[in-house]
Amino acid sequence: MFSIEEARKHLSDEIGDKVLEFNIEKDTLVVSVPRIAIAEVLSKLKSSSILKMEQLISICGADYPTEIERFVIVYNLLSLSNNFRLLIKVSTDAVSPVPSVFSIYKAAVWYEREVWDMFGVMFSNNPDMRRILTDYEFEGYPLRKDFPLSGHMEVQYDEKLGKVVYVPVVLEQDYREYDTLSNCEA
Amino acid sequence: MSAVEKDIEEERKLKPFLINFGPQHPAAHGVLRMILEMDGEIIERADPHIGLLHRGTEKLIEHKTYLQSIPYFDRMDYIAPLSQEYAFVLAIEKLLGVEPALRGQYIRVLYSEITRILNHIFCITTCALDLGAVTPTLWGFEQREILMEFYERVGGARMHTNYFRVGGVKEDLPDGLIEDIYAWAVKFPKFIDDLEGLLTNNRIFRQRTVGIAIASKEQAVEWGFSGPMLRASGVAWDLRKMQPYDVYAQMKFDVPVGQTGDCFARYLVRINEMRQSLKIIMQCIEKMPFGSVMCDDLRVAPPKRAEIQTSMESMIRHFKLYSEGFHVPKGETYTAVESPKGEFGVYLVADGSNKPYRCHVRSTGFAHLQAVNEISKGYMLADVVALIGSLDLVFGEVDR
Repeated sequence: MFSIEEARKHLSDEIGDKVLEFNIEKDTLVVSVPRIAIAEVLSKLKSSSILKMEQLISICGADYPTEIERFVIVYNLLSLSNNFRLLIKVSTDAVSPVPSVFSIYKAAVWYEREVWDMFGVMFSNNPDMRRILTDYEFEGYPLRKDFPLSGHMEVQYDEKLGKVVYVPVVLEQDYREYDTLSNCEA
Repeated sequence: MSAVEKDIEEERKLKPFLINFGPQHPAAHGVLRMILEMDGEIIERADPHIGLLHRGTEKLIEHKTYLQSIPYFDRMDYIAPLSQEYAFVLAIEKLLGVEPALRGQYIRVLYSEITRILNHIFCITTCALDLGAVTPTLWGFEQREILMEFYERVGGARMHTNYFRVGGVKEDLPDGLIEDIYAWAVKFPKFIDDLEGLLTNNRIFRQRTVGIAIASKEQAVEWGFSGPMLRASGVAWDLRKMQPYDVYAQMKFDVPVGQTGDCFARYLVRINEMRQSLKIIMQCIEKMPFGSVMCDDLRVAPPKRAEIQTSMESMIRHFKLYSEGFHVPKGETYTAVESPKGEFGVYLVADGSNKPYRCHVRSTGFAHLQAVNEISKGYMLADVVALIGSLDLVFGEVDR
């Protein structure tokens, strides 16, 4: 297992020219890289004889609507031989695609589909960009911060048509989002 | 070959036979829909369609306080609820910098191993049920019921226990429970032997699992496998050993590793993991210290009942803790535990308020299910049932 400092040195050797920022979040090293370079960075990390990041554990997104590039995509890598975790971050906006990394880690396909489904972030060259978790004809991107918790549409059974149909959400009483934050310090 | 036969042959090549498997198939272990492209009875391509149980848990958690979010984790993998809570609670503890109470840590490890046995009984016996053996399920569910009673006695509910808390557990074990767990643990190896007697050398079970749906070491690593799936393929990797959390570092146990990577190896790994879990349970019972089950950090520990009735400050603190909740300082973490199914992780982003800003759940089954296409290629339709059984899927967790 590397110490954070060792890992940082190895990373500088391998992908130093691509790194925008090193961060240490608790006991994990977080590295920000430019969107364009993500495939190159991951392929170097995977084939590196020192770091050996063999497994892609997950890819997830996060939405920060106040930023210009509002979506952050986090690649979670694990090295089984070194017992070492690494988070790689790229940022993007709603229109610029992120290069797909499925040719480096096969497991990336579904994770990229999930990010596309939840946040509407495109991945260029991904062979299968269908939605994955939401319904077949779903519209919108549920995990964006501007998507309401109740959603826009709901399903119900239509007697006349004899099938399940989508109708706009009607709330019998207003949705109450409690402001639980108090003004005084806890 | 006659002209007609030639035509049929041509057509077969042009258009593979499609089978829609599920979403309501008893062998799909929940709501899995698979489109299978078949050449005769041989699988050419499997395309799993998931999301039929998607409930938007990650979105819901963003709108709840940390304490209110814990029950959602019970409802992800409803076969092994406490392991999920464990990951979330550890993530918050890491962000807050809270050290959980020692007795609380032992109880959490004890219950996480009870959960592992709970899960493995379910996985092994339902897999056997899919392959035609009914008795293991009947016997196994009897044992599961005993274990769920242990859940009930600490949390009040058989499955959605909501027992783990930031800083420890909700309440101490009731009188007599530890003795009952001990009495059960002494008898349980007999059940494992009986279960093995039914399955391990069963000719039909072996024919259906040995050499079926092999995942090589390289494939297992490449597809992001974890837990018994990874170990069955010959990779000795267990987060309890490699990145120990709570008191796992002090527990003595072995990590069973398979060699062949087929369905039978996964079965054997799970059987042996149950025996190892029993070892850990015994050690927990033996070493469990007395004391508080909740840390004394005032940010997360609720005041005691007696204090509330005598002290105004405690009353206010109690009210604030259960209405506003505690604030978690800005930061992010990825925290993973070795859940019975594999690596279950929580990527948590806190923004300093009382609600998580983002909570991504790394579910185990998602990674395993993705590999079905590659692993099932070239096997028979009936082998897909064995494969899905051995993947140990629960759709509450896959779809979140």
